[in-house]
Amino acid sequence: MTSLLGRSSAAPHPGPGVTPGTADRATARSAVRRGPSRSGGGRLRTALEVLFFVGPALALFVLFVVWPVARAVQFSFYRWKGFGPLDDFVGLRNYVSVLQNEVFVGAFVHNMVIVGLSIVVQLPLGLGIALLLNRSMRGQGLLRTVIFVPYVLSEVIAGVVWFQLLQPQYGVVDGILGAVGVAGPEQGWLGTPDIALYTVFGVLTWKYLGLAVLLFLAGLQGVPHELVEAAQMDGASWWQVQRRITVPLLGPTVRTWAFLSMIGSIQLFDMVWILTGGGPANATTTMATFLINEGTKRYNYGIATAASVILFAVALVFALLYQYFVLRRDVADADADARRGVR
Amino acid sequence: MRRRTVTSVALGVAAMTVLAACGTGGDDTGGSDAPASSSGAATTITWWHNSNTDPGKAYYDEVAKKFEAANPGVTVQVTAMQHEDMLTKLDAAFQSGDAPDVYMERGGGELADHVEAGLVKDLSAPAQDVVTKLGGSVAGWQVEGKTYALPFSVGVVGFWYNKALFTKAGIDKPPATVEELIATSDTLRRAGVEPISVGAGDKWPAAHYWYYLALRQCPQQVLQDAVKSLDFSDPCFVAAGTELEKIVKAKPFNKGFLSTPAQTGPTSASGLLATGKVAMEMQGHWEPGVMQGLTEDKKGLGENLGWFPFPAVSGGKGDPASALGGGDAWAVAKDAPDAAVDFVKYLLSDEVQTGFAERDMGLPTNPAASGSVKDQALAGLLKVRDQAPFVQLYFDTAFGQAVGGAMNDEIALLFAGKAGPQDIVEKTQAAADDAK
Repeated sequence: MTSLLGRSSAAPHPGPGVTPGTADRATARSAVRRGPSRSGGGRLRTALEVLFFVGPALALFVLFVVWPVARAVQFSFYRWKGFGPLDDFVGLRNYVSVLQNEVFVGAFVHNMVIVGLSIVVQLPLGLGIALLLNRSMRGQGLLRTVIFVPYVLSEVIAGVVWFQLLQPQYGVVDGILGAVGVAGPEQGWLGTPDIALYTVFGVLTWKYLGLAVLLFLAGLQGVPHELVEAAQMDGASWWQVQRRITVPLLGPTVRTWAFLSMIGSIQLFDMVWILTGGGPANATTTMATFLINEGTKRYNYGIATAASVILFAVALVFALLYQYFVLRRDVADADADARRGVR
Repeated sequence: MRRRTVTSVALGVAAMTVLAACGTGGDDTGGSDAPASSSGAATTITWWHNSNTDPGKAYYDEVAKKFEAANPGVTVQVTAMQHEDMLTKLDAAFQSGDAPDVYMERGGGELADHVEAGLVKDLSAPAQDVVTKLGGSVAGWQVEGKTYALPFSVGVVGFWYNKALFTKAGIDKPPATVEELIATSDTLRRAGVEPISVGAGDKWPAAHYWYYLALRQCPQQVLQDAVKSLDFSDPCFVAAGTELEKIVKAKPFNKGFLSTPAQTGPTSASGLLATGKVAMEMQGHWEPGVMQGLTEDKKGLGENLGWFPFPAVSGGKGDPASALGGGDAWAVAKDAPDAAVDFVKYLLSDEVQTGFAERDMGLPTNPAASGSVKDQALAGLLKVRDQAPFVQLYFDTAFGQAVGGAMNDEIALLFAGKAGPQDIVEKTQAAADDAK
């Protein structure tokens, strides 16, 4: 507590050479620059404060994130069965064998298909529903809840329920289709290699559409009402207002959602594991199911950790590229806004 | 009555790396010797088993108490776990070098790996009399001539069928050859009954077909050599796949079998048989127990349940009476006290095995207990097992999961029409060469 007070008492003095009334950013920057000129005791104190407050979180982060990741990287250079000494160093052989494995390559393709489909299908669908639900109507709250409920359900429970619904012959889906005279696929929705991935994607859409709608609805609240009113005054139709004003202003929200969706699709595991386990005939494997299968089922921990490092790298590259090419615009816009606001 | 479910633990990616990080990779468990004398000082033995429901649970507690009474100063710490839980915890225990003193081994390549890593105690000398008594059953738990675990229950795989549905379709005797099996399936289909359920979603139930066909096609010596040399160049392995392709092409399996699980829920392969939706399923000795758990009245098929051995293959070089099977054995951790070995010997004694058999907990391996099995289905299987000239351990267990898993994956692909007989042999050989 005392240290907090100490720091805040030091803050108000404006630095020499900085005239009051200059932009906040300048003050902040000079304050940082001023740091080193303080007495040695003050610096130590600041360092201790930082350590005190950041330390526990940092320790947990290192223990449960950095250390396991580092160990996984280490394991990936060995052939190891999960027990016994770690002494069979194989260099990059695990990586070569993972990258040459057709099941892993297939899994990567499946991940990419899910990434692509999520954007192409869930974005327009989610946007449409959000725009509809944004209009005042009766039962609005109820409808919003209904759309959002699947997202709140535990993934495993949703998976088990859908697994049963999609059972060939005895499942509800086939039952309903049968009642109207349409036959489901011979081997079932999850048992036919050619359509299993799309069935899984359908369930994923059902599950995650709620999140997209929720985010878009939140974004819609940020669209200034005056703009909409002004447009309406100028005679714009509801449709024109959405197309020309609302959707463009929703851009940052959409881009953030797409980022979350992409990372989620790359790391996709639970739903696939419950619904198909990666089958039939490896038609729905993802990188994550591949590495779990190699690790916990076949005890090829070296291969599994190599695959997990590759998965990590893929997710990182995607995240950085997206950050650089897409999200940077939003950040740049925000910066520009801030600068404009100051002047 | 053990289920042979392959672990289906849904560990997340993060959990996996955390788990991996917990392993103490570097140190050798054989390094420090625990106090190995059971005389005088108090000794505690930890024992993990999977009989977590009665009557098995109560019986094993009683067994532990009796052993403690006969061996003053020894305490047996019993932990009863659900099967899958136990397997997961065992994996973690091996990784951290903190294995229980007495635990279950399934034999084959898995055991060989544990032996190679120095985790298991050699029981050949201290339990020599028991090894002799159990005879051929211990073969699956021997590595390079040494016995590392003592099997307490060994069962065989065969076809479980619904007698009422067979009668309904006008079938008076179970098929004895693969041709007859296909013909029987066609007859059942015509009668509006789905012939066979197979949990190909879990892969190993589908793989059992190929194992059995290899057992029918290959001479015993070829199989026994293959387990050691991991050489699958004998043409009988391709012949097994060709025969399997013939069965799959005849379409005897339940709708959606590619995604059907083995034994979870009423729409699993065992569930379909238990609820009378299909006429037969090929499964191990645990099937009646599994089916009981999947029906509301806890009876399974009851009186309607029948069993017939895997049919013969024309021109096959294997003995048609040989069987595919496997079981569970008690193993002792390398650094466990000597009392643990005494305890395992006691578990295989006439007394405990007879109690085990009386409670229908499995198919006892001690000949003295053979007559005590009450359940009719199990008693029948016991006879088949004891009359079989040769019981082949499930290939995936025998070869170890690294090779077995690759083999199972490829067999499942054949069921899906995405791989041929040659592919199975090639992929298995590739995995074996990789594991060498």
